[in-house]
Amino acid sequence: MKTINRVTTKLGLLAVLLWVGACKQGPQTEGNAAQEPQAAAAAAKTAGQAFIEGDVAKPNVLQIAIGSPDHSTLVAAVQAADLENALVNAGPLMVFAPTNEAFAALPEGTVENLLKPENKDALANILKYHVTPGNYSKDFLKKFKKLGQANNQDVLIEVKGDDVYVGGARIVASVPAGNGIVHVIDKVMLPPSE
Amino acid sequence: MHATTNNNLHEMKKTIYSFLSLFTLASVFFACGEGQQGTNGALTSNAAERVYVAPGEHDDYYAFISGGFSGQLSVYGLPSGRLFKVIPVFSQDAEKAWGYNEETKPMLNTSHGFVPWDDSHHPDISQTNGELDGRYVFINGNNTPRIAKIDLSVFETTEIIEIPNSAGNHSSAFVTENTEYVVAGTRFSVPIPQRDMPISEYKGNFKGALTFISVDPEDGGMDIKFQLIMPGFDYDLSHPGRGASHGWFFFTTYNSEEANTLLEVNASQNDKDFIAAVNWKKIEEYVNNGGGTKMPANYAHNVYDEATHSATSTMVKEVLTVNPADVPGAVYLLPTPKSPHGCDVDPSGEYIVGAGKLSADLTVHSFTKMLAAIENQKFDGDAYGIPILSFEDVLAGTVSQPGLGPLHTEFDGQGNAYTTFFISSEVVKWKLGTWEVVDRQPCYYSVGHLMIPGGNSRKPFGKYVVAMNKITKDRYLPTGPEVTQSAQLYDISGEKMELLLDFPTVGEPHYAAGIAADIVKARSKKIYELQNNEHPYGVKSDADVKVERNGNEVHIYMTMIRSHFNPDNIEGVKVGDKVYFHVTNMEQDYDVPHGISVIGANTSELLIMPGQTESFVWEPKQPGVWPFYCTDFCSALHQEMQGYIRVSPAGSNTELKYSLGE
Repeated sequence: MKTINRVTTKLGLLAVLLWVGACKQGPQTEGNAAQEPQAAAAAAKTAGQAFIEGDVAKPNVLQIAIGSPDHSTLVAAVQAADLENALVNAGPLMVFAPTNEAFAALPEGTVENLLKPENKDALANILKYHVTPGNYSKDFLKKFKKLGQANNQDVLIEVKGDDVYVGGARIVASVPAGNGIVHVIDKVMLPPSE
Repeated sequence: MHATTNNNLHEMKKTIYSFLSLFTLASVFFACGEGQQGTNGALTSNAAERVYVAPGEHDDYYAFISGGFSGQLSVYGLPSGRLFKVIPVFSQDAEKAWGYNEETKPMLNTSHGFVPWDDSHHPDISQTNGELDGRYVFINGNNTPRIAKIDLSVFETTEIIEIPNSAGNHSSAFVTENTEYVVAGTRFSVPIPQRDMPISEYKGNFKGALTFISVDPEDGGMDIKFQLIMPGFDYDLSHPGRGASHGWFFFTTYNSEEANTLLEVNASQNDKDFIAAVNWKKIEEYVNNGGGTKMPANYAHNVYDEATHSATSTMVKEVLTVNPADVPGAVYLLPTPKSPHGCDVDPSGEYIVGAGKLSADLTVHSFTKMLAAIENQKFDGDAYGIPILSFEDVLAGTVSQPGLGPLHTEFDGQGNAYTTFFISSEVVKWKLGTWEVVDRQPCYYSVGHLMIPGGNSRKPFGKYVVAMNKITKDRYLPTGPEVTQSAQLYDISGEKMELLLDFPTVGEPHYAAGIAADIVKARSKKIYELQNNEHPYGVKSDADVKVERNGNEVHIYMTMIRSHFNPDNIEGVKVGDKVYFHVTNMEQDYDVPHGISVIGANTSELLIMPGQTESFVWEPKQPGVWPFYCTDFCSALHQEMQGYIRVSPAGSNTELKYSLGE
């Protein structure tokens, strides 16, 4: 839980900074069509489908990730990249969810570095490489040779015995979601450089 | 996987709630204390003022928003979001007797018989010289392929033409810049002509028809000029060229793999599908010189006549088809990434924007570059003889990763484009030419199409954009499992978009067209002139009122005026008769409709405008004296506006008579 604590602190700090920054700009002038971008962005962070409370429906892919102690790093990363609302859409969405262990296996300092605000785009790109518009079971994925990912790159599918590998990562478990499916994988998939 | 089975769902929810409450707390703590709506950061304090249209004042724009699965077209005012009218188009409407009364039943006739419903998708307003002229709205019916025309002098559907050789009429109903044609592209490719054959033999055998329907410049009459029989792809959306590219039409295609099953996998194999560029002027010239093949067909052409207040349905038995291979230089394919959906042409006619729904980028093609590549005969192969241009040769630019799930782009006429993203649920503003993203605003939720009034023309009215959302979840008071869909209005007059309003819609607000109100409202009729009423059962004065028997048919030539029917006492009807009430509204005053129904009628009421005649059939099943009354609150003595019809047993000799005030 060390990671998550650090991340929460960072997120909190980030939010404070954004809001302080917004307030410094002073009150908005009446009829000013140009919104303060920071204010809008920060407010938007708490608006949208990701923040609907008391949903009795089947959990969506984001809720599944949030509920899993094995995915706290992934969740922190999704929040740092502002991708929550993209994961609760009607989709359908297939999320390949690396475990905390998979993140920890990355070279020392990689995760911390990606969570820095200046690396938000790079982080978002990596995360979107883990998302497919679609909803396929592990077995069904055997029909594919590749998948088109949300960051606009393709990822290769390989079948070895009963195992299905996506971008070199093995699917170790699968959880159907209200808006798609979460496949838990044992590696972080790094998008190939173009 | 250790976590998240149903057993620890409860635990998980608790975690979610703590996350949520953290966020909520944070926003309360850090809000700047200006009384902003916490859930909606885009609202500024004067948003209400900017959408408020005072009682008695008029809105600046009409918005014609399709109803999707409702089959109709709704008319709203902008910026208020007030609903004025739901124009019945493809679905029966008991409120207005559309498809129920004898006059409009033929409007819903097709080669499959009477079809009481359709899926209405893409309205487009008629144009002159590339600018909206406000005469007609055209809209497609998807399911049983049809194109309807709504006449904006009366806001009624006045013509529906069925499209043969088409299935899932989705790539429709968009007009060329002088309304020379309204275009209808098929979504499904099908056997042409339809025949009994194995589905597995799709590839190479199924074809996709792109239909060009001419529109008479004088009376607006529609007629299928020709069908271009294209390869067996799926055709998704289309838009006309304008300015320099006038004479061309652009269609997005997907499933260029020609799969016939599990399209979500099999139609996503190719990295690129195509935008088909069709030089319709060239094909028009070809058919005007006798080109094309006449093919047997069977489709309905339904026309509502304003003078007779009645529709006729004619079955047409032939259609002119054109094989693209027979008209060299008329059709080219522009490679476009990943199953493009939106196909939008900017006001100058230079840029063609393809929104690959499985791509994270937007692809913009250049018309100039396309012409140059054609000129240089630089092709990258062909598909069924249709030359494929090279992607790099026609590409104007790429908007890189603006959002997830790009769908539709509109333009403000100021050099900006606005694209909706379904998956990331937002509108993104970007600049034509530099392709840079300028602004993004969230949509609540899952936005489909968007609309800038005049956005599909040379001259958009770039003040507002309306985003149409498929999902609203918690945005309104709940109404059980089925909740409203919505439209959201953004002010786009500044650098940043600003959310002003969201309002509920009728059906699925699939797509919309908008226009400055001044262009339309001066032409809007107030009454139908009684002296021009040519309805065969209409009456122009009380002297013409009568009841006639013809076998077991009884025809009542009736009038209605504040506050009585003439006749209001009728006798001599028998069980087993078919009783036709032909009712003329004698009022010649603005906004005085009357309605009528009779007990036990197995159909809807009639709602009759001043000067209009409508008819319904009543087949009484029981002897007795049965009432009829005015169903629209018309006057101070509305409750006195009633009558009786006496029904005698079958075979009785009750004399046929009718009266008023005797």
